[in-house]
Amino acid sequence: MSSEEQLLEEVTGSEYKYGFYTDIEADKVPAGLNEEVIRIISAKKNEPQWMLDWRLDAFEKFQKMTEPDWANVTYAKPDLQAISFYSAPKQKKELASLDEVDPELLKTFTKLGISVDEQKRLSNVAMDVVVDSVSVATTFKKTLAEKGIIFCPISEAIQEHPELVKKYMGTVVPKTDNYYAALNSAVFTDGSFCYIPKGVRCPMELSTYFRINEAGTGQFERTLLIADKESYVSYLEGCTAPTRDENQLHAAVVELIAMDDAEIKYSTVQNWYPGDASGKGGVFNFVTKRGICEKNAKISWTQVETGSAVTWKYPSCILKGENSIGEFYSVAVTNNYQQADTGTKMIHLGKNTKSTIISKGICAGKSNGSYRGLVKIGPRAENARNFSQCDSLLMGSSCGSHTFPYIETQNKSAKVEHEATTSKIGEDQIFYCNQRGIGTEEAIALIVNGYCKDVLNQLPMEFAVEAQKLLAISLEGSVG
Amino acid sequence: MLKINDLHAGIEGNEILKGINLEIKPGEVHAIMGPNGSGKSTLSSVVAGREEYEVSKGAIDFEGEDLMDLDPEERAHKGIFLSFQYPIEIPGVTVTNFLKTAINETRKAKGEEPMPANIMLKKMREKMALLEMDKGFLSRSLNDGFSGGEKKRNEIFQMAMLEPKLAILDETDSGLDIDALRIVANGVNKLKSKDNAVLLITHYQRLLDYIVPDFVHVLYKGRIVKSGGKELALELEAKGYDWIKEEMAL
Repeated sequence: MSSEEQLLEEVTGSEYKYGFYTDIEADKVPAGLNEEVIRIISAKKNEPQWMLDWRLDAFEKFQKMTEPDWANVTYAKPDLQAISFYSAPKQKKELASLDEVDPELLKTFTKLGISVDEQKRLSNVAMDVVVDSVSVATTFKKTLAEKGIIFCPISEAIQEHPELVKKYMGTVVPKTDNYYAALNSAVFTDGSFCYIPKGVRCPMELSTYFRINEAGTGQFERTLLIADKESYVSYLEGCTAPTRDENQLHAAVVELIAMDDAEIKYSTVQNWYPGDASGKGGVFNFVTKRGICEKNAKISWTQVETGSAVTWKYPSCILKGENSIGEFYSVAVTNNYQQADTGTKMIHLGKNTKSTIISKGICAGKSNGSYRGLVKIGPRAENARNFSQCDSLLMGSSCGSHTFPYIETQNKSAKVEHEATTSKIGEDQIFYCNQRGIGTEEAIALIVNGYCKDVLNQLPMEFAVEAQKLLAISLEGSVG
Repeated sequence: MLKINDLHAGIEGNEILKGINLEIKPGEVHAIMGPNGSGKSTLSSVVAGREEYEVSKGAIDFEGEDLMDLDPEERAHKGIFLSFQYPIEIPGVTVTNFLKTAINETRKAKGEEPMPANIMLKKMREKMALLEMDKGFLSRSLNDGFSGGEKKRNEIFQMAMLEPKLAILDETDSGLDIDALRIVANGVNKLKSKDNAVLLITHYQRLLDYIVPDFVHVLYKGRIVKSGGKELALELEAKGYDWIKEEMAL
């Protein structure tokens, strides 16, 4: 094992040293999944009756469903009766200063270029009240409120804006959409809610704000984002810093609603614990993400996925309104024993709808990466257009890359293009870089970033830089 | 500057270089000529440190230091530059980004700060003017979709930016039309100084009309079989390689 792999392993495994503890024993629901558990979750959150009913209905439907097995991944199915579905917000041991943080973890933070304040937040160091980020957060809140933008935890939205939640939750991803979406609908604990009023252009990337407020994301996140007519929002979830979690199963649901002439840009950087170099441990990331576009609306998904042991994720667009546009830009990296089955669905229902899919897979070690995508053109989708490009980059000879493109057209005027390439980082390329004074690790980072450029360009600026570094770290030690 | 002593090297068990001796001093231009398969490109690869080649015997010494234990990038940091016969394409990486990385990695290795962006840009403009290159070049993906001539010009542009002590130009003339050849040669000549040296590897005399060598060596079957001044190249051009082969057979 190279020193980089060791570092990566130490970094990704180190937080367990500090351990977690549950605040108050009584605040934890016994393991297992049943109606009682759902009632407890709902009661803990003081939810209105309609929300509880919604959850129970989802649970009833969930019980009749079975876990799907069509994805190109193999894993031991999680035992739902062994999971505790509600516990008080996890409290990590608070440290007095950065000196107490694992130096290896700090090294990774530095490599990623994360500011000292944020390093403290991520490693749970107590911060002064006057620390910049806190005051910044307050400023953000004020700016957003002035524009009428609602941005809060979904549990808060259920209390404060029940009419919006009631109207839209489950309309894009129905409770019965799939096994894990149904599970999420029954037991989701928290997540984000965002509403952009008509004609408002959200004045900032919601990323920064989000990163400040979402230190410990939940196991069953639920996100609902509504962009009213002619509005615009760019939203970023996730974090480039190594994120560890004791929860093995993550099943999130994200719903986006772009009304007439609205635009939503949704970017994700996912860096959950991928398991160690021998394939032990790691997060199962089974996510349902979907957006619906009304007339002239646009939804753009951008994702950089480097973490999780098993990923299973297809951010999709339903292009319902005429002239609506769906985009999917993805980089999925798998290393060691990671498995990823990811892609998108573009469902063209309206006239003159357009979609673009750019998927870049990078496989190293003994990992397996698959692109799975569906382009569906409905009978009324006159002149629908799709362009898909699915590239894979292999490093070494023990990894696997697969492409499963599905195309269904029911309208003769549709134009669907699919391009796919598979390439390997060549010794020639590396030697060429070496000869110009660029070391092998640096050369790989350069080549990989060049390969991913079309996707990285879609990310908000400050995150693109971090994502580039993240890609390099994820692949350290994978060649030579 | 460069001293090669009884160098034996090959690839996958085949010995290609069978005892090369060569000394290059600062300010000199050497040309190595020879028929196909004589080992010209192997020699440049071995000096640059390409891993696939095994050195079985002999030594390469650069400015008093043994090169054998150095990685290719360390050799580059010491000032060895190889202009590739077939430059490699790196999609998505712009010429600017590639050069910036190369220059700053080299500076880092020497314990220097990265080159400030404005200085780098100024230098790029200067060198591009020298090689009569279009400004749009900088934002193109490295060698991706470049014509043969553009690739070679880009190699010399990189050389101009990196300012090596020893530049090895491996068949830089191949694939160049006469105008491009003149521009490239002109660039190389302008970059020449009393402190740096050039090793030209070529098939044809043509390039040597523009970059005039101090020494010409004929490489044949892995050995330097004849050395002389620039007139040797003219002789080769006139008589072809057969007379060397005949001499060798005797």
